[in-house]
Amino acid sequence: MAQYQNIFTRIQVRGPAYAGVPLATTGWTRTGKPFFLHTFGRLGDAQVGPIYLGVTGVMSLICGFIAFEIIGLNMWASVNWNVVEFIRQLPWLALEPPSPALGLTVMPPLAEGGWWLMAGFFLTASILLWWVRIYTRARALGMGTHVAWAFAAAIWLYLVLGFIRPILMGSWGEAVPFGIFPHLDWTASFSVRYGNLFYNPFHMLSIVFLYGATLLFAMHSATVLATSRFGAEREIEQIIDRGTAFERGALFWRWTMGFCATAESIHRWAWWFAVLCPICGGIGILLTGTVVDNWYLWGVKHGIAPPYPLMWGTIVDPAQGAPQ
Amino acid sequence: MTPGFGPKLGIGQALAGVAVVAAALMTVAVVLTFDRPVPETIQRGFRGVAMGLVYNPREVKAYLASNQVPASLPQLPAAGPRAGAVYKNVQVLQNISVGQFTRLMVSITNWVAPQGGCAYCHNTANMAEDSKYTKIVARRMIQMVQHVNADYKSHVQNVGVTCYTCHRGNPVPANVWFTDPMPNHFGGGMAATTTGEGHPTKAINDSALPYDPFTPFLENASNIRVQSEQALPGTDRQSIVQTEWTYALMIHFSQSLGVNCTYCHNSRAFGDWSQSTPQRVTAWYGINMVRDLNDQYLNSLSDVFPPARKGPHGDVAKVNCATCHNGVYKPLFGVSMVQTFPSLQGPTTMAKTASTTQ
Repeated sequence: MAQYQNIFTRIQVRGPAYAGVPLATTGWTRTGKPFFLHTFGRLGDAQVGPIYLGVTGVMSLICGFIAFEIIGLNMWASVNWNVVEFIRQLPWLALEPPSPALGLTVMPPLAEGGWWLMAGFFLTASILLWWVRIYTRARALGMGTHVAWAFAAAIWLYLVLGFIRPILMGSWGEAVPFGIFPHLDWTASFSVRYGNLFYNPFHMLSIVFLYGATLLFAMHSATVLATSRFGAEREIEQIIDRGTAFERGALFWRWTMGFCATAESIHRWAWWFAVLCPICGGIGILLTGTVVDNWYLWGVKHGIAPPYPLMWGTIVDPAQGAPQ
Repeated sequence: MTPGFGPKLGIGQALAGVAVVAAALMTVAVVLTFDRPVPETIQRGFRGVAMGLVYNPREVKAYLASNQVPASLPQLPAAGPRAGAVYKNVQVLQNISVGQFTRLMVSITNWVAPQGGCAYCHNTANMAEDSKYTKIVARRMIQMVQHVNADYKSHVQNVGVTCYTCHRGNPVPANVWFTDPMPNHFGGGMAATTTGEGHPTKAINDSALPYDPFTPFLENASNIRVQSEQALPGTDRQSIVQTEWTYALMIHFSQSLGVNCTYCHNSRAFGDWSQSTPQRVTAWYGINMVRDLNDQYLNSLSDVFPPARKGPHGDVAKVNCATCHNGVYKPLFGVSMVQTFPSLQGPTTMAKTASTTQ
């Protein structure tokens, strides 16, 4: 009984290492002799490798490393190269974009946002190259490119935040800083500046798909785990035999909610919920400041923000009429 | 297990070890970051709008203990010779009786320099002499207290302030501020210039927000209002960066008064006055008061304070909300100490009060 509630794989079956299906076209082959790691086997497949790095993989790692170094060294410099302070303050340290006063200057001085632009360039290059890698690897295996397009949905949100929207607003200063807490403080300030993001319908949709995706994932994974005692993970039998684990799972949902997904549709649902989360989020960010300046007031205008009784009479801005 | 797997198993165990250490660090971070339960929430706004005052009973208990009001000395007759006629070099308090003057001097000693006594400000061989800088500062601070009590009823109402409101027995109040001491340039000018953010301090509740919101907002009069007042883009050019500065100032308010955002604001529309509480109006006058005090009173002492009392940039110690409030929504929980000190209630009413009452 308890084995179904364990987050770690209980039994590891070890066969000979598998190098994968033959590659149709390639100039660069998979490298490294596969080996097994027990710890990896606890979480997933114990086999490590072979690895295909390829040109895009190598370039992506180099660009990512450059961005990482630019960000990290600037953060380290900001505590005067003090190692202890660097470790202590690391979650707070930031590399900030150019000041709003610099607008969209392409080459601001390094110390005044130039490093941020450069880090952004290399990070973006790294991410896009990794996307190409995912796309071409999927093609090389004869797979569909769903993973690449799901990744592209996340890249869309990233580009809106750091590139597209700042350009539309005419200022790099509108973009997100690099840093763990700084980017969270930026997020809160972004919402405050533009009158409460909760009244942004695309933010609402994004949250729907975020929570919806977790709900679907929970339902799907729970169904698979609950039927694994009947061999739900054994693909072939599921296809050719009646009364299998899959059919029990399907019947369970028809009993409990009158309707069930299919083995294919559940993944289609999950995929769309997942990609619509950043797609809607990106649209919501893109509209903020460009099309709508105060989402709360926009909500009042369109009847989605109800008025409430005033509890303290009429409170008036004391600066009214006075210079402030 | 074949011998060939030995080192790889080692890697696995190392990974597991790293995971355990990371989990332990996370636990420490969580314990240090969050308040121990259970906070109390008091409904404040209309039902369902989440305008609650959040208090932690343990903190309230601690603040109640650390904000006890000391007993005031018995009052002395207002009649009799004026202090200005009896003592030499009395510049501010000439029009009160010798008895009131003496009582105030002893009270100030108790409030500000209980350890140093009279000699903290005076040359005890010649009390009239202005040789100590502390005496010049004290004179200016008496004027400041009178100014606050007389001209900022919009903020201090009838509770008023005394020296004790800020000093609490310390020659320098516990909560004062200097202009941000952090260096601006790093890595020989190559690395990113500081934007005034990304270094945790207590004043901003250990956030990554700007750590000196005081210089722009409480010394200079930079614009605090960042939220757009119209639904669609128009003339408002306030940036997200400016919002972070305002945010930092608001965190300082919250920390200084021991209150959350909804003490003043309806958080669904921070900028909207019609949905705000009356406390926001009080706070608005407080901002103006603090700017005035820093400008007219503290900064006027730039040449008086010795370098040891000044900040890294050579500026004098200045006041912010925490200087008086000390973590409490009303300093000393709203107990008024100034009622029996007419001489501190303002320069304009002093002479009249002295001759009619008491």
